Parts: sequence; structure tokens; C-alpha cells
Amino acid sequence: MSATSTPLLQVQDLSAGFAGKPVVRGVSFVLYPGEKLALVGESGSGKSVTALSLLRLLDSAQISGQALLDGRNLLSFSERELRGVRGSDVAMIFQEPMTALNPLMRIGAQIAEVLQLKQGLAAKAAWAQAVELLSATGIPEPAQRAQAWPHQLSGGQRQRAMLAMALASRPRLLLADEPTTALDVALRSQMLALLSDLQRQTGMAVLLITHDLHLVRRFADRVAVMQHGQIVEQAVTADLFARPEHPYTRQLLDSTPQRQIVPAQDDAAVQIAAEGLRVTYPTALPGIRGWFKKGEFAAVQAASFVLRRGQTLAVVGESGSGKSTLAQAVLGLLPSQGQLAIGGQPWQQPATRNSPANQALRRVVQVVFQDPFSALSPRLTVEAIVGEGLRVHAPQLGPEERRQRVLHALAEVDLRPDAFPGLLERYPHEFSGGQRQRLAIARALILQPQVLVLDEPTSALDARIQKQVLALLQQLQRERGLAYLLITHDMEVVRAMAHQVLVMKDGAVVESGSVESVLDAPRHPYTQQLVQAGLQ
Amino acid sequence: MSNSIEAPSHPAPAASKSGVSPAGRAWQRFARNRLGFYSLLLFVALVVLSLGAELASNDRPLLVRYQGQFYTPLWQDYPETTFGGDFQTPTDYLDPFIQAQLGQPGNWALFAPNRYGANTINYFAEQPNPAPPSRANWLGTDERGRDMLAQLLYGFRVSVWFALALTAVGVLLGVLAGAVQGFFGGKVDLAFQRFIEIWGSMPELYLLIIFSAVLSPSIGLLLVLLSLFGWMGLSDYVRAEFLRNRQLDYVKAARALGVSNGAIIWRHILPNSLTPVVTFLPFRMSAAILALTSLDFLGLGVPPGTPSLGELLAQGKNNVDAWWISLSTFGVLVLTLLLLTFMGDALRDALDPRKADA
Repeated sequence: MSATSTPLLQVQDLSAGFAGKPVVRGVSFVLYPGEKLALVGESGSGKSVTALSLLRLLDSAQISGQALLDGRNLLSFSERELRGVRGSDVAMIFQEPMTALNPLMRIGAQIAEVLQLKQGLAAKAAWAQAVELLSATGIPEPAQRAQAWPHQLSGGQRQRAMLAMALASRPRLLLADEPTTALDVALRSQMLALLSDLQRQTGMAVLLITHDLHLVRRFADRVAVMQHGQIVEQAVTADLFARPEHPYTRQLLDSTPQRQIVPAQDDAAVQIAAEGLRVTYPTALPGIRGWFKKGEFAAVQAASFVLRRGQTLAVVGESGSGKSTLAQAVLGLLPSQGQLAIGGQPWQQPATRNSPANQALRRVVQVVFQDPFSALSPRLTVEAIVGEGLRVHAPQLGPEERRQRVLHALAEVDLRPDAFPGLLERYPHEFSGGQRQRLAIARALILQPQVLVLDEPTSALDARIQKQVLALLQQLQRERGLAYLLITHDMEVVRAMAHQVLVMKDGAVVESGSVESVLDAPRHPYTQQLVQAGLQ
Repeated sequence: MSNSIEAPSHPAPAASKSGVSPAGRAWQRFARNRLGFYSLLLFVALVVLSLGAELASNDRPLLVRYQGQFYTPLWQDYPETTFGGDFQTPTDYLDPFIQAQLGQPGNWALFAPNRYGANTINYFAEQPNPAPPSRANWLGTDERGRDMLAQLLYGFRVSVWFALALTAVGVLLGVLAGAVQGFFGGKVDLAFQRFIEIWGSMPELYLLIIFSAVLSPSIGLLLVLLSLFGWMGLSDYVRAEFLRNRQLDYVKAARALGVSNGAIIWRHILPNSLTPVVTFLPFRMSAAILALTSLDFLGLGVPPGTPSLGELLAQGKNNVDAWWISLSTFGVLVLTLLLLTFMGDALRDALDPRKADA
């Protein structure tokens, strides 16, 4: 870009910390007018804190260093001067548009407010301009959409509305903090393309903050990679992807999960057999009828599948398609109709009851959840969490014997006391996301189950950690012949893990078959759309 | 184990912090709030002092040496004749005659720092009651001639222990009711909620008045009556926490392991639902102290003869010119409630998950 002109933003030796704990350490970079710089790093690397401290949006953070905007140091501005900069010279868009928009104001009114405030437009002109901005961000029927409340828009539309709001003040610098993370895969590249377009039209500079290095390949002019609060590598995008210098950058680039699984064997023992499986939730009926009767919402209708020993069945679908409900039915956490047998034994309905027959099945089927933070009770020690299953299913074990088994299960997921002193007495908050997910796997493995239900096991993890966890799961499958029921929306994960695929939409199975047939030659339009989105 | 898996990439957190439970970290945060921490120290010191009130403020000597023999009036009643008096009645150690007897060579008596009990009436006082502060009565006397300092000390003890008991019972009932509602949800929740609405709309004060008219007043009765109504506010908070926590993944994981409902409630959800309970403890205690004081002030509280801050306040109202009654009682009340509030603020900060701990 125009590297000859004077820099728009010059950050020098920026450090930020909370309560004496440094989060950003000596970060320096420059941003020229009209340039697109991507700040890439994993969660906890300090990239968001860097952006937020530029506008001093963080309470209780100690910030030092310099951030020169047109040669004036933002960090020495008074709160009053900063307000003038925020939203006029520098605008910001956030990860979660639902929380960043005022739920009690119409979209158009929120944008018009900025226009009235920053450009001094009259109410009517501001509204017209707001509609124009919405249309520039590619929202269909912008005049109607301006009248909508934030909750009436889809996630992608909300993000566009946010963008329109940020552009309303004609900023010279746009800070985009993970603008695509909350969006579906299909929408991510669209969003970046839009950002690119608008940047070209307005000539503003963009600082894009993201954890997804691959995403910025076609977007950014330059990329800065952050690790542990420091910029470890900074280069022109093409150079960075062609010749990554720092080992961490190479790790980030090489984060596509590998497929290292044993090919499916058709004569393997059947672990789960479902035939016409149906799961319903009661819903309230409108009017007087609702007083006497409950309606029914079928979250899963007539699902049939077979999962064999040593194999992985991936259940794919967007949020709300019923795939998590299916998983809970298999786990016996929801009552279900139709046939559902685990190793030949059906759940005794209602499956939620802990009858002896059901307890025996619970030993066989275990689960790993998506969110490593809510999946472990914050007030129990590692020993209590992992040993929980033994308390229920092997109450005859003494404390010492139980501890040995817990240590063994932890060793199987590569958590060892020599790497983590006092491992058993630790609490979940002392572990990172990937380590917590290993704890959750250890909790499931301690009962020596034959089937693991993996409910989006890696979608909350950074790509590099995801690769490690998936490799661990593959290894466990190879060694123990575990059968996995893998719930996911990530086509990369499916490609790496699955033998069979089941595609769900609106509670119905729309397509199923081997992973090759479904991914390479999708028949149902919905599957085609999913596969297409995964490729981008 | 094969080497196909990279070792966990994040370094282990500093060893010094390892194994600190969430409760332990909360305590560290609490201790960092100086005001709350010193309030707790002072409050505990006051409670301990009031526990030993008999040693600090008593009309009986702690130990008596009389004619070569030891006596322990603290535990035993001695007739006046023991010390050379004329009657078989229990000894009044404030009697100048007895004091003269104990003061004879070879005899001695070890008195408490403040020579009055809660209900001691000094029949040998030199001033009319209520008497202003003097060397004999450091904070003066009330309208019946009882020492104010002793009254306040014993009254504080009654108030604090009553508040502790009321809070404990209220928390127990509230947590139980909230847990049952929140965990089972559905019809149980619905029925319980309606019951709480009906129960909560009963006129509590009038019930108290009626009951204290029908039954003989006692601290136990007051405790039962106030407990019957005191659990509802808390149960709502616990219910909300349970409703939130029961659908979190760790509870689902426990269910998938086949953990029983009781164990899920006790081991998994309850420890994660206690934040509002603990946060409200000091505020509930100060509310309980206030409730007891108000009832006593109205004459509906503890039976006569029980040292009580509320009764003292009522006396202060009746004897406005005896400023030492109202002022000292007011001071004790304000100090107690203030300490509890400071502790509550610190607790709230300590348990706020958004506060970083360094």
C-alpha cells in the first residue's frame, strides 16, 4: 500500500496489564491510511486487549506506551478528547453484534443517532442516510430493515448493521474485533469480502483482529502474529504465508486436523442401532387449549442409523437442526420413542430414570461436551471430577484405589502430575481450554466406555489446540476401538474424523452415508451448501 | 503411549497458586478489601467478648478469698451469711457491708472490670435513676438503675446470637426450598411458587402481635415465627441459581454418568449456587438484628428481663433527657450494622466472578 505516506496510527511499545499481570507486552506496529492490517493470535494472546486499549475502553487496565493517531498520543488524551476520537476518527465493531446493539432501539434509529451526533444531520436526513448505509452493507430491503429491532435480524445481518453504524461517522480507522467469529462458516468470507469492498470505497484503514490465520489470507495487506502478549512476526501477507519464519506462525498455519484413523470395517460389532428414533419436547398450546393439553415439538423425527465399534458417525447440521437433541437421546438424558439400542440393550423408558438396566448402559455410553468451561464444575477438584464415575459405578473402591484409576485416566489424555504439580488437587480454572477438554475426556474414559458422544468437542478451541485434541481422540479410537458419535458443524472436523456422516436439517435426517460419498458427492441441496461453505 | 500427541502447550500455572479452591481465592479477595477484613476482625472480637460477658461484666466477683477459703460466686450462689451477713438470701456483692467484709485484711475478691450484670440493680446507688455516666457506671444507668454498659454488652450478645440462629435457620430453609424448586422445576416449581405467594402475603407483623398475645413471649417463639417468613427471599435466589446451573454441561455430564439426583444437588449444583447465599449472609444478619430490635422497641419481642437493645431504645425514647441511654444504644446498633454491611460489601466483591484476582 502507500507505504510512503505518513502513518495513520503508530503504536509504540504498548503494554497493558490487569492487577499487575501483563497481558500485552511491548507491542509496536504502524498502520498507514487505507491499509488493512490483521492482528492474529489465539485466545489469551492479548490481541483484543491491544485493540481495546487503543481507545482506552478497558476499565482497570494499566496501559503504558504510545499510540499516535496523526501524531497525537491517544493514551495521553483526556476522557473528553477521547470521546471525540471514538466513533468519529476511529470506529469499532465487535464479535457479538447482539450485545453490541441496543435491543430497545430500532436498527435505523441507532445508525441515525450516530449520524445526528457526529455529522449534525437533521432527523429525517439522518434516517435516509441510515437506510443508505444499510444498503451499502448489502442488507436486502434496507428501508424495511431499518425499522426492525436487533432481535429480528439474523446474525449476519446484525453484524452488517453494526458495520453500517461504525461507518456512519466516516471513520479513518476501523477496529474490527473478531467480526466473523460469531457467524456461520458460510457467512464469514462474505463478511470479509464486504469489509474489503467498503474499505476500498471509503479509503479507511482497517485493523482486523482474529484468531483465524487462514481467514485473513485474502483480506489483509499485512499480518502481525501475536503470542503471549507480544508480536512474534509481522510481514506482508503473501510473504507470511509463503515463508512463515516464527515457529508459532508455522504451527498456526499448519493447524488443519490430520486424518489418522483406521478404515471402517463393515462387520464390526454394532454399538448403537437406532430405528425411527423420535424425540419430542412439550410446547405450550395457544389459548384455552393450552390449559388442558400440551403441544409437541419433534426435535428429532424418524432418525435411523448404526454405529459400529471403532468407527465414527458424524452428525452434521446447523444450530437448531436437532443434532444435540439426538445426542442427548443416545445418552439417555431425554426420553425417546422408536428403537434405540446400545450394544443390543434398549434404554428403559423413560431413559432419564436411573434404573439398574439404564445404569449399566450409562457405563457404556459417555459424553464430552462442547464448552470446556461449563462442562466441569468449578468447585470440584480434578480428582473429584474425574473420579465421579467411579463413585457411582464402582463404589466398592477405596480412596487410594480410586486415586490410582484417576491418575491412570489422566495419563491417557496426557495430563501427568510431573507436568502439573498437584494435579489432583487443582481446580478447573487453572487449566486452559484444551486441557479442560482433556479432563472431560478423562472423566468419560474412566468408566471404560465403548461409545463416546462428542458434542462439538473442539468448536470452542483454537485451531492449533483442536488439532491436538482431535489427534488424541483418534489415537484413543485406534487403541481401544471406541465408537464415536460426533456432533459437529465443522466440515474440516468431519473430514478428519468421520467414517459415516448423517446430515440433519429441522429435525429430519436428509442425507446419510460414508464420509466419501456424502462429502464428495452431496445429493441433498442442504448438504451441498454445507460442503460448499466448508471449502471456502 | 505414542508420541503422536504434542504435550499440552500451555505452561502449568505458577505452582504457588496450585490447588487454591474457588472458596480459597474468594477468601484472598475478601482479605484484600481492608475495610471488610478489619470489620470482620472487629466483629469477631466483639462477639468473642460478648461470649465472655460474664467475665467482663458481672455483679459477682470471679473469685473470692474469705477467711482462708476460696469461693467461686461465678458458679455458685452463696448466702449472705457466708460472708458474715445476717440473712440466708444470696449475697449482694454491691452491698457496702459485704464489700467491707471482703476488704478486711487477708480477704480479697477479684471483680470483673465492670461490676454489674445485665439485670443488676444497684440498691446502694447514690444518684436517682436513670443516672448519668460516672465512675461507678461508666455509661450511666437506665431508668430502673441497671448499668448501661452491662445491658449493652448482654443485649449485643442476645442480638447477635439471635441473628445468627435466625440467619442459619432461614438459610437452611431457603436453600432447601430453592433447591427443590429449581432442580425439579415444572409442576413442583409451579406449586411451590404459588405457595410462596400465598405465604408471603400473610401479614407477618400482625401474626407476631397475635401470637405474642396468645403464647407467652420467648426468644424461641420469636425465632420460630420469624423463621417461618424469613426464608422466602433467599429461596428465590437459590431457585434461580439452580434453574441456571441444572442445565449446564457439567450437570448433564453427571447425569450421563448416572449420578443420583441427591448427589447432583449436593455435590454439583449446590456448591455452585451458594454465591447469593453467602453474599447475603451479613445483610440478613443485620436485618435480623434490626427485626429483633424493632419488635423489642414495640414491646413484642423478648420477654421482660432479657437484655435487649430494642428495649433500651424504647427507654431512651421515654427519657429523652437521659441522653446516655439513647446515644450509647444507638451507637452500638449503628456500629454493629455498619460492620455487617462492610463485611457484606467485601463479600460481594470477593464472590464477584468478574473481579480479577492477582
